[in-house]
Amino acid sequence: MSTISREEVARLAGLARIDLTDAELTRLAGELDVIVQAVATVSAVATDDVPATSHPMPLSNVLREDEASEPLPVLDALAAAPATEGGRFAVPQILEED
Amino acid sequence: MSDLIRRSAADLATALQSGEVSSVEVTKAHLDRIAAVDGAVHAFLHVCTDEALAVARDVDARRSAGEELHPLAGVPIAVKDVVVTKGIPSTAGSKILQGWIPPYDATLVERLKAAGMPILGKTNMDEFAMGSSTEHSAYGNTHNPWDLDRIPGGSGGGSAAAVAAFEAPLAIGTDTGGSIRQPAAVTGTVGTKPTYGGVSRYGLIALASSLDQAGPVSRTVLDAALLHAVIGGHDPRDSTSLTDPLPDLVGAARLGATGDLTGVRVGVVHELNGEGYQAGVRARFEEALDLLRGAGADVVEVGCPHFVHALAAYYLILPSEASSNLARFDGMRYGLRVEPSDGPVTAERVMGATRGAGFGDEVKRRIILGTYALSAGYYDAYYGSAQKVRTLVQRDFAAAFEQADVLVSPTAPTTAFKLGEKLDDPMAMYLNDVATIPANLAGVPGLSLPSGLDQGLPVGFQVLAPARADDRLYRVGAALEMLLEQQWGGPLLAQAPELEVTA
Repeated sequence: MSTISREEVARLAGLARIDLTDAELTRLAGELDVIVQAVATVSAVATDDVPATSHPMPLSNVLREDEASEPLPVLDALAAAPATEGGRFAVPQILEED
Repeated sequence: MSDLIRRSAADLATALQSGEVSSVEVTKAHLDRIAAVDGAVHAFLHVCTDEALAVARDVDARRSAGEELHPLAGVPIAVKDVVVTKGIPSTAGSKILQGWIPPYDATLVERLKAAGMPILGKTNMDEFAMGSSTEHSAYGNTHNPWDLDRIPGGSGGGSAAAVAAFEAPLAIGTDTGGSIRQPAAVTGTVGTKPTYGGVSRYGLIALASSLDQAGPVSRTVLDAALLHAVIGGHDPRDSTSLTDPLPDLVGAARLGATGDLTGVRVGVVHELNGEGYQAGVRARFEEALDLLRGAGADVVEVGCPHFVHALAAYYLILPSEASSNLARFDGMRYGLRVEPSDGPVTAERVMGATRGAGFGDEVKRRIILGTYALSAGYYDAYYGSAQKVRTLVQRDFAAAFEQADVLVSPTAPTTAFKLGEKLDDPMAMYLNDVATIPANLAGVPGLSLPSGLDQGLPVGFQVLAPARADDRLYRVGAALEMLLEQQWGGPLLAQAPELEVTA
């Protein structure tokens, strides 16, 4: 089983949108390597004849009556936002261009 | 007045109903206790003095007007900070949610409010419930009331310590891999992880959605059953909520308290004992088994051979689900927003800066581990294999419950360790949950109750039951509690050192 390098941690942190300092990258690479070695043992017992389980309770589709109800008021939903504008969430520019 | 705080929730409920005390007196006594000892214990992140007293006054007025109230009306409670409370700060122990005031209540909070239970405050926890010592809170350590230099367990160390320090008679916890039961074990208190789906998850800040379950934290088994009955039951707002009615949990606790377990089959899980378990923990466990035999239980050993792989599977499944659930903390709609110090201020770079500044070490560790386990090329080997192990653990439980009505083990392999002792060794920290994790993977309920002391520190005894049979936990738990307290001459917490009281 492959181990987890500092470069790999940097790539994963990018995917997860978490800025890490150089010191954090180095420390996390070491720690994650130990953890990954320990958890990799699952692949040895998980043979092809065992089905995967994603959930503790078998549930089929859960449906309810399509009844109208009061949604959260817009002002309540916006109250904790870092920035709002015109009754909406204000976010930074989405695309990296002028 | 001060002995009000030492009474059980059941006793307080009776005293409130008879008019012996008022809810204002009871609530005030606990708020005073918090003021006196929480500087040293730090179980609370936020105390709701005014809100709690307002509810207490309302309950007292309604009760004296002759209104029919819930049996627990007027009994105060503490709530773990991962549960959202309308108008009251909810941080989940994270800097990224510092100062966040939720616009709605979790379903279980609505039920506490409907029952007329004053909420004393929000309790400390490992950030987003990731941890076994509460040392991963962004707001400082909670201290174990038995020894302030030691951990109170985690992630719900605040709720367990609050109850152990007599700051609250009851508390709410959440348990994803042991976060109710392991803190109960190391603080000499009681805690239950209900059957998955038994208590609504609506309004819990999600860690791992297929594992998370809220439940009661208390000082007695009966109190846990009483609180479980308040918060449990179907909720249409949680699609994984079970539609079955709750079993008679309180009746089971009262039946158990007679001390008769004739014909009850108790299975000792071979794999959750022995190597890695502290000698004193094993000794208290064996003594408890003798008491169960004496009460008429049929104690047998059962094998669950795949439990040894449960920890590894858990530390793939949990980070995978957490990496997805915590994607919501993006600095856009609520919580912290941090702009990068240089370069263009785009949404993507704001997310990176916000999450880099707002998440603590353990949260970063687990999100990156989960991102790794779910990434292309590794998915089958890691996440896929972990899900297969989950099947094997469930099969082990199914086979074991053919031979036994309940399964038992020590709750945690050791007693409370020193603050800081395992903080730099994540794998050592993860091993604290080795005995509690299998229940979360399989969705079955579990309860921890104190079974004695080892070198002055509490040891926990775990009872596990099949899904939807939570009542068995309370019957067996209450029987063992009664037999142990006969030996001790009172509750274990009566032996805890007195906390220094500050004016």
